[in-house]
This record gives sequence, structure tokens and C-alpha cells, in this order.
Amino acid sequence: MLSFYSLLYKEIFRVWKVGFQTVLAPVLTALLYLLIFSHVLAQHVEVYPGVHYTAFLIPGLMMMAMLQNAFANSSSSLIQSKITGNIVFVLLAPIAYWEFFAAYVLASMLRGLVVGIGVYLAALWFAQPPLLFPIWIILFAILGSAMLGSLGVVAGMWAEKFDQLAGFQNFIIMPLTFLSGVFYSIHSLPPFWQALSRFNPFFYMIDGFRYGFFGVSDISPWVSLMVVGGCMLGLMLLSLGLLKSGYKLRY
Amino acid sequence: MVLWICCRYAAMIPRNLDLFGLMLPAIDVRQARKRYGQLQALDGVDLRIEQGEFFGLLGPNGAGKTTLINLLAGLALPDDGQLSVLGHDVVKQYRASRRLLGVVPQELVFDPFFTVRETLRMQSGFFGLRRNDTWINEVMHHLDLTDKADTNMRRLSGGMKRRVLVAQALVHKPPVIVLDEPTAGVDVELRQSLWRFIQQLNRDGHTVLLTTHYLEEAEALCTRIAMLKHGRIVALDSTQNLLSSLAGCRVRLKLAGYLPVTLLPQVVEQTDGNYLLTLPSYQALESMLAELRVAGVAVQEMTLQQPDLEEVFLRLVGRAC
Repeated sequence: MLSFYSLLYKEIFRVWKVGFQTVLAPVLTALLYLLIFSHVLAQHVEVYPGVHYTAFLIPGLMMMAMLQNAFANSSSSLIQSKITGNIVFVLLAPIAYWEFFAAYVLASMLRGLVVGIGVYLAALWFAQPPLLFPIWIILFAILGSAMLGSLGVVAGMWAEKFDQLAGFQNFIIMPLTFLSGVFYSIHSLPPFWQALSRFNPFFYMIDGFRYGFFGVSDISPWVSLMVVGGCMLGLMLLSLGLLKSGYKLRY
Repeated sequence: MVLWICCRYAAMIPRNLDLFGLMLPAIDVRQARKRYGQLQALDGVDLRIEQGEFFGLLGPNGAGKTTLINLLAGLALPDDGQLSVLGHDVVKQYRASRRLLGVVPQELVFDPFFTVRETLRMQSGFFGLRRNDTWINEVMHHLDLTDKADTNMRRLSGGMKRRVLVAQALVHKPPVIVLDEPTAGVDVELRQSLWRFIQQLNRDGHTVLLTTHYLEEAEALCTRIAMLKHGRIVALDSTQNLLSSLAGCRVRLKLAGYLPVTLLPQVVEQTDGNYLLTLPSYQALESMLAELRVAGVAVQEMTLQQPDLEEVFLRLVGRAC
């Protein structure tokens, strides 16, 4: 198990060494979204009765930051190691494929959760959303960041160039995040887009996470839990399968 | 009870012996094959390296040396065949085999986030070693890295980075050390200090597998050598036997006249009274001098050349390489 702890430590240490860019920068980005959208829309929009729009935004922005950073952590660490060649030090070591997976995903989850907490603490200055069901908040935060950490491992293994990873991030992760209800309730969408949103797993993560704060959601948190749990399990199995086969790592 | 006794017995056997107390080969390769697209990188390689050997693996670029090392290290997976390190299959028992192997990769790779000491501590951790600082300090001392222990890897020169690569391969004191062209592009000082250290490790019982383009290095260090060409072993013997396979010697002459016609078939090179001749044996030297004396040709200069590994290499793998 010491091999696993060492790899986990290395991944966390790497994030810590560039903390300005890995933690502070995404917190600032989320705050800018909050500042702009709340100033522009707060007087015109009330998504849930009695919930101020600025408070409504905070869980969505937290989850968005967590998902993007969990994905960025494992994927960028892997692609950098592959391109610079230093992945060889991990591949030469007696580390099992599941230890490799667990270390990368746990480090990603940790970064996602730290960024999420950072966004929450900074956003308290603008609004104080209630914390009605903390267990749902914790559950969706963990599942969401683990799912994106796993997806990051898959993308990091698949990509051979930074371009390909940027494509994955810009054409898959970003649209799924922005079209998941971070800034709105899907009930405000036309029927077609509302139906389409139900195929977006990110929607369930944000909706379930928001339920933990306000006790209201677009869909039952149990349904969201099943969808997110199922996606998480699928991605975990895919990622473990690829790692076991040595896909694009052991030629 | 029987199982318990078997387990106790197995646990008592040193890791370099098999169940019957016989010495396991350090490296055992049987019919290893690996194909990359149209290229057959390894084509049925058989190789057995005994414990304690200093073994050289030579061959031109693309011969399959690095592929063979990658298969041993688990960086690539074989299409066919079996490879083991001290009796542990590199695919089925990869954890055990990797613990026994220390590999210095050919490419100059490093992690730009960490210092030298951090890098070595983390590498120790990957191999399951905690509190390994005594050995890390010793390795850094032998490789002249002590002054750079707290320097970030990005700030090191190429030679220093190469030293760290060697240190990383040795942090877990592997009984089998694989060096894939470790001295490519490094200065003479490092080369000498590295070989002193590696020879010391070899004397202490570590098996060394070396690939190099410097044939004089292989000749000076290795007790046995295999030569690869197009993914196949074309020669495998002791360094001494390989050298003596080129029987005879070469003699360079500067003459005050023309070489007798009878000696012309033995000429390899000829320029303005300078001749390079091959002789089938040292005894032939006497008859050659007698012929020159009979012909009345005086010898102004004479140098004897012994065969070296380069000649063996060129003969076996071809001058085109």
C-alpha cells in the first residue's frame, strides 16, 4: 500500500506546488461568474420561490468548479507525464493498476473538493445559501468529483497531445457543464432542451447537489443519485479496464 | 498443515534461489516476440543472464535492445514468449519482478515539479520503501549529486539529470540493474564515476545488463555479450570468446620499398608505402618478416593491432549499421 500512498502524495504535492494556478485561479473564476451573473440577473430572476438568485447560483458554481478541476487534475497530470516521459517512473514501479487509478482519482477529488470549499467560502461574502441537507451535498460533491476524476484518467490516457485534451475539455466537458443548469433551472427551458438536458449526467450532479442546500430540485435527488452513481461506476470500470490493459501507456 | 509447512519453507528460501535451492537466472527470456505495426521489433529472442553477471547487449539502432528492456521492465507487453526476473514472470508477477529490477531509461526524462531529494524519496515510496534517506544519501554521494539535493530538476544540466535517472533506478537497491545507454551524451567524469559505482554494485552481487553504443565500454566492463540485429540474437558469448573469434591480428607497416607480391592478398589498406595487413596468427608474423628480408625491403615502422569488439560487431551486424 505504500506505493499507492506515495503516488497519492506525489499527485497532491504536485497540486500544492502550483496551488496558485490549481486552487486560487478557479476560485477567482467562479467568483467572477457569480459577480457578473448575480448583478445582471438577480433583480429579474427567481428560480425557486424564496431563493435569491445569487444564493441559487452558488451551489451550481461550486459544482461546476469541482467537476472542471477534478477532470483537469487527473487528465493534465497524465498527459504532462506522458508527453514529458516521466510517466515511466510510475510504470516501472510495482504499482497495481487499481492503485494507480485510486491515487489519481483521490488526488483529483481532493483538488475538486478544496476548490469547491474555496468557492463556497468566498461566495459567502455575496450570499449565504442554507445548508438544509449536508449529507446530499457531501454525497454529490464526492460522487461528482470522483466521476470527473475518472473521466480525466480516461481522457489523459487517450490523449496523445495537449490539443486533443483541450478538445475533450472544450467540446465535451464545458458544454455539458454549462448546459447542466448551473445558471438556471431546466424548467425554464423549452420542452426540447428540457428533454435533452435529462441526457446530461452533469445536470443530475448539480441538481442533486443544489437539493442539499435548498431542499428543492428539478428532479428527485434519489433519481439523481442513481444516475450519477451509475455513470460513476461505468466510468470507473472503463478507466480500470483501460489501465489494466495498459491502453496507450504500456505499448 | 501441509500448506503451512510449504509456505514456511518457501518463505525461508532466499529470493535468488528456486524451490530446490538452485540459482535462478537473473534474467530469463524465452522466445520473446514483439511487433509494432509492420516492424518485427523482437523475433523470438532467447536469453539467459546469470546472477552476478555484467552483461552487454549490443546492436545497431532499431535492433530491438530497448524493446527487450521495455518488455523486461513492463513498459511494453510481449506478443509472445516469457520473460522473468529472478524467477518472477514480468507479466503475471509484475509486482515482484519490478521490485527486483532497476532500470535507467534511455531518454532524459524528469519531473519538473520536484527537487532531486523529493524525486528520490518519491521513487523510494513507489517501491514501498519508507525512511530510505541513508541509502539515498549514499547514492547521491556516489553520483556527485549531494550538492544538488535541494535543487529543482528543471535547473539541472543534462549530465546532472542523467545522474538523477541512475539514482532513481537504484533507490530500491535492485538485485538486477538495467542500464539503457546510460552514458549517451555525458562527460568523461560522469562516465568514469558511474562505472566505478556500477562495478562496485556488480562486485557486491548485483547483476548488470548494459546496452551501449560505446563498444570499448562493453569490452572493458562486460563479461558476456549478446548482439542483436533485426530483433534476433546474432551472437551470444563471453567477451573473450567473441574477441578471439577474430583469430589473428593486423599489422601496420611503413616500408622503404614495395611490398612483395606474395603478401599483396593480405593487404587491407595501402597508402604511400604504408600498408595494413591481416595475419591469420601471430606465428605468421615471422614468415612475413622473412619474406620482406628476402625481398630486400626494409621495415621503417611496424605496429601490431589486436582485434577489438568493434571489429566483431561490424563483422556480425554489418558495416551498413
